[in-house]
Amino acid sequence: MSNEIAPQNSDETDIADNANDLAIAAAAHKAERKAEYKELAVQGLWKNNPGLVQLLGLCPLLAVTSTVTNALGLGLATMLVLICSNITVSAIRHWVPKEIRIPIFVLIIAAFVTCVQLLMNAFAYGIYQSLGIFLPLIVTNCAIIGRAEAYASKNPVKQSAFDGLMMGLGFAIILLLLGAIREILGQGTLFDGANLLFGEWASVLRVEVMQLDSQFLLAILPPGAFIAMGILIALKNAIDNYLKARKVVDTEQVIERVRVNFDS
Amino acid sequence: MAFWIASSPHNHNHTKTPNLMRLVMYATLPGVIAQWYFFGWGNLIHIGLAMATALICEFTVLSLRKKPISHELFDGSALLTALLIGICLPALAPWWISVIGTMFAIVIVKQLYGGLGHNPFNPAMAGYVVLLVSFPLQMTLWQPPLTLVAVDLNFTNTLTTILTGFTVEGYSVEQVRTSIDGFTMATPLDTLKTNTGLGLTVLESIKNPVFGDNFALGWEWVNAGFLLGGLFLIAKKAIAWQTPISFLISLFICSFISYSLSPDSSASTMFHWFSGATMLGAFFILTDPVTGATSNKGRIIVGLLAGLLVYLIRTSGGFPDGVAFAILLCNMSAPLIDQYTRPRTYGHLKGDK
Repeated sequence: MSNEIAPQNSDETDIADNANDLAIAAAAHKAERKAEYKELAVQGLWKNNPGLVQLLGLCPLLAVTSTVTNALGLGLATMLVLICSNITVSAIRHWVPKEIRIPIFVLIIAAFVTCVQLLMNAFAYGIYQSLGIFLPLIVTNCAIIGRAEAYASKNPVKQSAFDGLMMGLGFAIILLLLGAIREILGQGTLFDGANLLFGEWASVLRVEVMQLDSQFLLAILPPGAFIAMGILIALKNAIDNYLKARKVVDTEQVIERVRVNFDS
Repeated sequence: MAFWIASSPHNHNHTKTPNLMRLVMYATLPGVIAQWYFFGWGNLIHIGLAMATALICEFTVLSLRKKPISHELFDGSALLTALLIGICLPALAPWWISVIGTMFAIVIVKQLYGGLGHNPFNPAMAGYVVLLVSFPLQMTLWQPPLTLVAVDLNFTNTLTTILTGFTVEGYSVEQVRTSIDGFTMATPLDTLKTNTGLGLTVLESIKNPVFGDNFALGWEWVNAGFLLGGLFLIAKKAIAWQTPISFLISLFICSFISYSLSPDSSASTMFHWFSGATMLGAFFILTDPVTGATSNKGRIIVGLLAGLLVYLIRTSGGFPDGVAFAILLCNMSAPLIDQYTRPRTYGHLKGDK
């Protein structure tokens, strides 16, 4: 802190200085925290998206995204488990021996998955049945243990919770996108069976996008998921490349300006 | 004066891709004509639809990929893919079947993998399998030979059936496919499979009119047409003889073994040769230079494997014909087979790497 090396001319100025410094420090700290949260959000939603970039948890991602409803159900369940496991892992991070951290993480995740599974069994039985084995299989979703190992075990609780939220959101968004693409191509509807997740009123959400004579089975079967996923990843990379190319043009302009200054 | 110095080999082979593709397309003519004669206009209409779709898709993807359009669009490979898809489809399938199949074949199977020469799977067969898996109902709308159809299937009738599902007089596809005595007719392979499942012997099932006098009414001539075209291609050295010959021999051996063991429940060797897509697959699809094996030994192994797979899928698989699936599986194994059947380079000893 600068108040230690500040010349001690008078007490008044010192106190004023001190308060001023503290305010600056607090502001800097706040800005830093804000930047950290922003970075976490960008990482989870775009740069390091568990679905598009890390390609973690592909098994449920490809298997259950045949409709938007299934995708939403699994996305919410995964997000909940991810936030809770991140918080717990981060809270106990000082007391977990390094050698056996993985089994402990798995136990924590399994406990939360069991909770989510029992909750869904009780309150959303239809979606519980249609997700089937992929609900308990969230335990093996590498995105969750990956975040526990890579982030939550090294960072404070608040940041870890936010990281879990953002990573879960990124994963859920990809699930939803894939579900929407496959449902429209496969059966020409959106939100078919939403009443399984939200209750009876949600059956009005069902949208008939186009009238198909027969289902396009490829989109509903896993190969369609692979192809749609590949196209989504390609799209993401194309956008990244486009942004990168635009950035390069900007820096080139800067260099030109410097050269003009040098000559003059 | 400067001499143009070229390195060996000093042979004068001016075969270019468009010429080869055109030659293969001409070679399908006997088979396509036989198809037209026995099954009517349906396949020709589908070929036209598929070709138009293929050109549009190829143009779009090539312009997106910033490739030389005039050079690659007319190299004939897209047209050949479309032609093969059109030949494979059931004659009375709705129009969007050939459009979706060709789109998938050109955009995803061929161009997304990097265009001609980079695709691991035969585009026509991958497109066909996508259709077969996605639209099982439409893809089994096989039309019986014209002589067995009660409705007059002229060009306009076929066209309206493909576009709208009904003939000009208002007959539906199902009615067209039904014979005078009220039975829906399938392909010979399909009929045989169903009947064998019902416990009938082969001798009893081939009394069904779809089998005709020899092996399979109409289909035998279509296959003979493709055999003729294939022999023409071999004579022109456009395709290697090893693949089709080993494929046919393998299919012959498999069917011969089961036919000699239990003639009641298995079809004859010639039935397997002259029904379904055997000859088309053997001479026009397995021999694809991009997706097949490249060494001579490798070609023989791929042919043998394909024959065995076709026989296994036909007799104990879920589908009546298995040429497309067998060829895709062989495409997958071709690089590995090539890896283990590398020919000895001149000057090296056997086993020398």
